[in-house]
Amino acid sequence: MSLENKHDGDEKQLRKLLQDAIPPVGGSSSSHNLWPRMLRRIEEPSSRLSSRVPWFDWALLGITAAALLFFPALIPALLYHL
Amino acid sequence: MNLLERFAAGQVNAFEAVFRQHQREVYGWIVRIVRDPGAAEDLTVEAFWRLYQKRDRLDPSGNCAAWLRRVATNLAIDHLRRARPVTLLKEEPAEAKRGDCVEQQQARAAIRDAMMQLSPKLRVVVQLVLIEDETYAAVADSLGISLSAVKLRVFRATRILRKKLKEGGVWP
Repeated sequence: MSLENKHDGDEKQLRKLLQDAIPPVGGSSSSHNLWPRMLRRIEEPSSRLSSRVPWFDWALLGITAAALLFFPALIPALLYHL
Repeated sequence: MNLLERFAAGQVNAFEAVFRQHQREVYGWIVRIVRDPGAAEDLTVEAFWRLYQKRDRLDPSGNCAAWLRRVATNLAIDHLRRARPVTLLKEEPAEAKRGDCVEQQQARAAIRDAMMQLSPKLRVVVQLVLIEDETYAAVADSLGISLSAVKLRVFRATRILRKKLKEGGVWP
């Protein structure tokens, strides 16, 4: 038996085992009307912005703002490096 | 003006028509990968949200369905990476509830465990090609990779699964 035929045989056997353990979902469709959710998403784009920015970015921004507030002398140095 | 042109021009009713036209297909594709109807609904909305955001740069002559499928596939893979393993592949087949022998149930559990040990990248091709009987071409298109790359992933996944199932005594 060639290597390719052996692989095809293995694949067929594995396919059968997998489909037996994990039945195919097939062409199932959602029972819910998703358009109202889509509309809500369109109407609230700005509220999603905060969840897309990682928390450490906000933390970094906060630390920078605090540093500039307590040490205003850093502002020219920061501007120089920007 | 066709539907996509009207959508690109910002008409919400045109977007609704596009949504209703492709929603079933996008949801069906995602649920085949994530196998969780709730998550599939969320990801379907997310895929269309990305299309909506891209409307200004949309090519009205382009293949919207193919673009959506690719975005849906990437979202589904990201979901598999994030999701806790216990939430995936948790369902028992109907036959198991009808009094299968313990060995058969254990074999099915071993197969599901072996699947969960695959990387999301390999698991997606196994689920689509070997479980859902999707064509190699459709899977290649949805992943944005070549046909031979899909075949290679199936080959690698088959080898890994066979090894794990042999160790578990499921593979003859």
